[in-house]
Amino acid sequence: MTLLELQRRMSDDVRRPLTPEMAMQTEAADGASVHTLAETYIKPNDRLTSFDRLEIYNRQYWFRVITAVSEDYPALNALLREKKFDALVLAYLKEHASTSWTLRDLGAKLPQWLEAHPEFGPKKHKLMVDVARLEWAYIESYDGTALPPLAEEDFRYLAEDSTLTLQPHLQLLALRYPVDELVLAVHKATPETDIVSNAVSERKKTSGMALPEMLRAKVFLAVHRYDSSVYYRRIEPEAFALLAALKAQQTLGEAIENTFSGSRLSPEEQAQKIQACFAHAAELGWFCREQTGPASIQ
Amino acid sequence: MPANRFNGFTDYGVGIGLRVPHYEHIFAEKPVVDWFEIISENYMVDGGRALKVLDQILDQYRVVQHGVSMYFGSAQPLNREHLKRLKTLTKRTKTPWLSDHLCWGSVDGRYTHDLLPLPYTWEAVETTALRIREVQDFLEIPVAVENVSSYAEFHESEMTEWEFLNEVVHRADCGILLDVNNIYVSSQNHSFDPMVYVNAVPAERVAQIHVAGHSKFEKYTLDTHDHPVLDPVWKMYARAIERVGPTATLLEWDDSIPSFDEVHNEALKANRYLVGAEASVAIASQELEEVHA
Repeated sequence: MTLLELQRRMSDDVRRPLTPEMAMQTEAADGASVHTLAETYIKPNDRLTSFDRLEIYNRQYWFRVITAVSEDYPALNALLREKKFDALVLAYLKEHASTSWTLRDLGAKLPQWLEAHPEFGPKKHKLMVDVARLEWAYIESYDGTALPPLAEEDFRYLAEDSTLTLQPHLQLLALRYPVDELVLAVHKATPETDIVSNAVSERKKTSGMALPEMLRAKVFLAVHRYDSSVYYRRIEPEAFALLAALKAQQTLGEAIENTFSGSRLSPEEQAQKIQACFAHAAELGWFCREQTGPASIQ
Repeated sequence: MPANRFNGFTDYGVGIGLRVPHYEHIFAEKPVVDWFEIISENYMVDGGRALKVLDQILDQYRVVQHGVSMYFGSAQPLNREHLKRLKTLTKRTKTPWLSDHLCWGSVDGRYTHDLLPLPYTWEAVETTALRIREVQDFLEIPVAVENVSSYAEFHESEMTEWEFLNEVVHRADCGILLDVNNIYVSSQNHSFDPMVYVNAVPAERVAQIHVAGHSKFEKYTLDTHDHPVLDPVWKMYARAIERVGPTATLLEWDDSIPSFDEVHNEALKANRYLVGAEASVAIASQELEEVHA
């Protein structure tokens, strides 16, 4: 067996899903005996069979990846409770194995994946999706790039055909539930963690906490970072539409036109909304200079 | 011996890992710590609090980078994007050396996020040494590889773990981050004498030493980093220091993390051995001077 062959064999075995009892499966997807597979490359010792030794890595892999995703989605975990949440994460990870050197990216596709999987909570599926979207937006905002904000004088030169760059850490969300209240409550009760080492550790249980009741109500959120902290700012629908259009690289003129097309607001009211939106955004440094790319390292 | 080309000719003493639960204490109390080890991956981000905290730490403390995702022993080419990000971070921290593990963890673009053991074969020696050289050349700083704790051995192995380590570091011309706790854990799982391992390591290549706690179960021992260092590991540390001389030492405590003071005090126990070794070095150099006089 070459090094590459051994690594492919072991990677398949380590990443094979566990049984519901969190033990290693005895049969591979093609029906092969995992005992036999393990014996082909792992030595037994006087206390453990080849299967037992492989199982330590198999269990550790799943504990590690489930923990990583759980830490990114504590509010979704609290909403679903441990057992259902674990089933959801397992199902997600079966379809989205890690393709990145960092665990930070492991949960990136969960909100999108959850949209297509109502079976984990049919009655509160839309609420779950909103929570997941906000929790991922938090991650993106927490460690996203911050570019130098535009200075006051830069705004003087804006014209109808200007395009504006928004801070990469600014995330805009149109939600069906006011989940910012729920996510804030859970995040406040959740200690911050980081990737620490290769040490083996058992997953911590999340405590069941009382969650605020969620009634359907459309909210528009700007998730942004200010002085190293992430904030959820509720914004008006017009501000959301305007910022979203600018983020999509529409010109200033196009963004304004598309935002107010069919609006019942008077031209004066529209002007007030535009002015308020720009004043807030500029104050919080959301408009910035275009990214020229990081210094190249060869 | 302590300052060598594998640790950038530094003379670092006892350090601890920089961990989130200790941030508040560090910034409020400004404790005297010789150096902090950071997990590189925690700071290989585009912005935000992690980098702000790191910059504040760098203003006051010496920092050494330790990685968990380079996977020197993976059989396929290195991830260039990962390397570029790592290099950007080394410019920020000015780490005098950088360490990661003698293991593998990814294949065909799929990552296990674990430090998986290598088969101790000549093919693995060649592959791993080549990748370490590539990393070292790209980063332009000394690289030290850390022996991992393991729970499995392979039929394919053609040599012992310490023979494998020696072959790899010789061919890669790199340093060693000697984790004496990992040696102990593996010795319990694979029934070998850990002192044979410690005695076989090329002393001149040891850039740094790790100590940590582990957990014993009925049929195996796990590397858990969740409590104080146990006596057998301190004995191995003492032997390592006897062979290598006073060397940059770090306590790993990553789970069930107690107060800053408790972690730091546990780490400072290493001084019991380091002070004696420093005295021996001083006497030896004085004797040498007298001979030359």
